[in-house]
Amino acid sequence: MKNIFLFIRRYFNFLFFLVLQIVSLSFLVTYNKTQEAVYSNFANEITGRVNTQYNKVQYYFQLKETNRQLSDENARLRNMLAANFEGPDTSIAKGIDTLTRDTTGRIRKFIWLPAKVVGNSYSSAMNYLTLHRGGLQGVKKNMAVVGPEGVVGTVIDVSDNYSRVMSLLHTNSRVSSMLLKGKIAGSVEWDGTDPRFLTLRNIPRSIEIKKGDSVVTSTYSANFPSNIMVGTIYDFKPDGSTNSYLIRLRAATNFYSIQYVNLVENIQWEEQRKLEATPVKNQ
Amino acid sequence: MSPFFKYTIRFILFILFQVYILNNIPPLHRFITPYLYFLFILWLPFTISRTLLTMLSFVFGLTLDYFTGTPGLHAAPCVLIGYLRPFLINLLISQEGAELNYAEPSIKSMGWAPYALYVLVFTFIHHFYLVLIEWMQFGTFIYFLGKVAATTGISFLMIFITDLLFFRKQKFRTNTA
Repeated sequence: MKNIFLFIRRYFNFLFFLVLQIVSLSFLVTYNKTQEAVYSNFANEITGRVNTQYNKVQYYFQLKETNRQLSDENARLRNMLAANFEGPDTSIAKGIDTLTRDTTGRIRKFIWLPAKVVGNSYSSAMNYLTLHRGGLQGVKKNMAVVGPEGVVGTVIDVSDNYSRVMSLLHTNSRVSSMLLKGKIAGSVEWDGTDPRFLTLRNIPRSIEIKKGDSVVTSTYSANFPSNIMVGTIYDFKPDGSTNSYLIRLRAATNFYSIQYVNLVENIQWEEQRKLEATPVKNQ
Repeated sequence: MSPFFKYTIRFILFILFQVYILNNIPPLHRFITPYLYFLFILWLPFTISRTLLTMLSFVFGLTLDYFTGTPGLHAAPCVLIGYLRPFLINLLISQEGAELNYAEPSIKSMGWAPYALYVLVFTFIHHFYLVLIEWMQFGTFIYFLGKVAATTGISFLMIFITDLLFFRKQKFRTNTA
């Protein structure tokens, strides 16, 4: 017993070093699983507050670009107003519309919440954004984040007043997407190199694609509403020996100058997840 | 200015500089990420106890990690260089007794060549370990080699510019007085 204490005393520094190494590596491995409940809420509040102070200054330098993005988005949305579409009436028989109309909010699927970006990174292989809106203001984990120009990321951490978003520029991010033309679904990820370009996989080679084709979020995507812009095809080549293309996309969102985003919550997701979690009974 | 106050200010400045300036530089190339923050650990005094040095490196790395949202990624390399620092310092200046005469490692206290070696070795160790952890999650071997080499080069250059810009006054202390 005495020898054990002597050993610990003699090699205390080395053992201390080993312990700290193990602690930091386990932080890294289990991040988003266990430690968030204990530390992340507190740490998120602190770093979020510092980020807000910094953003107050830095925001002014991007006002021009932010204004342009928001007015572009407004113009795009105005273009989709029903009042812009009118053609000669070609109907012959008149029927009564029996579709359920969403007057009571019964069949609403997505709720949109605006948020200010106060922290943003794009230079490492794993990038995150901090939003000044948190659990008290209705943010939940796994909500989708959409900017004025397109998809931005997914919420991974929520504290009382701040939330952390895993940017699309993260080597672990996956967004279920499809080609706007033909509705062919694939998955968009980021290879960790250039923040302007994303990678689209799993599009079969039998499909004809062109440079400049739009890629939007797919109808299968659970947290993202469908038809949100992801990017446009920049170039493509066959993906090794597989039967699909490896497509490089030019990201729709300009990650360097993003100031306002919308958080999107799918309020029907719970039910869908419950159904999908039940084991399949093969008959 | 008391040493505790001085190092606290330095701690905050290094973190803020790394988070809000260096991490906000648009990437020049995919291999290059400018890192300067770990210079805080290299600039800690000679006389600090080894346990405190390791602990401080851990806290410092973890603070940066909470800003970048990657708990553990920077803490692990920081702990490594914090732990290895006394060994290399002993190797480099064991004969001259500079650790008794000067407060902390610098060009003046160690001389040009030993200080350059000291910075280069720890910059390399830090980036090697950091990129190794990153590489385990994604990337190719070429990416790993290229990133270690390019990032070490850039950091080394920046550390020397910092050392020349912010000349730290070092009092020569003797035990004769």
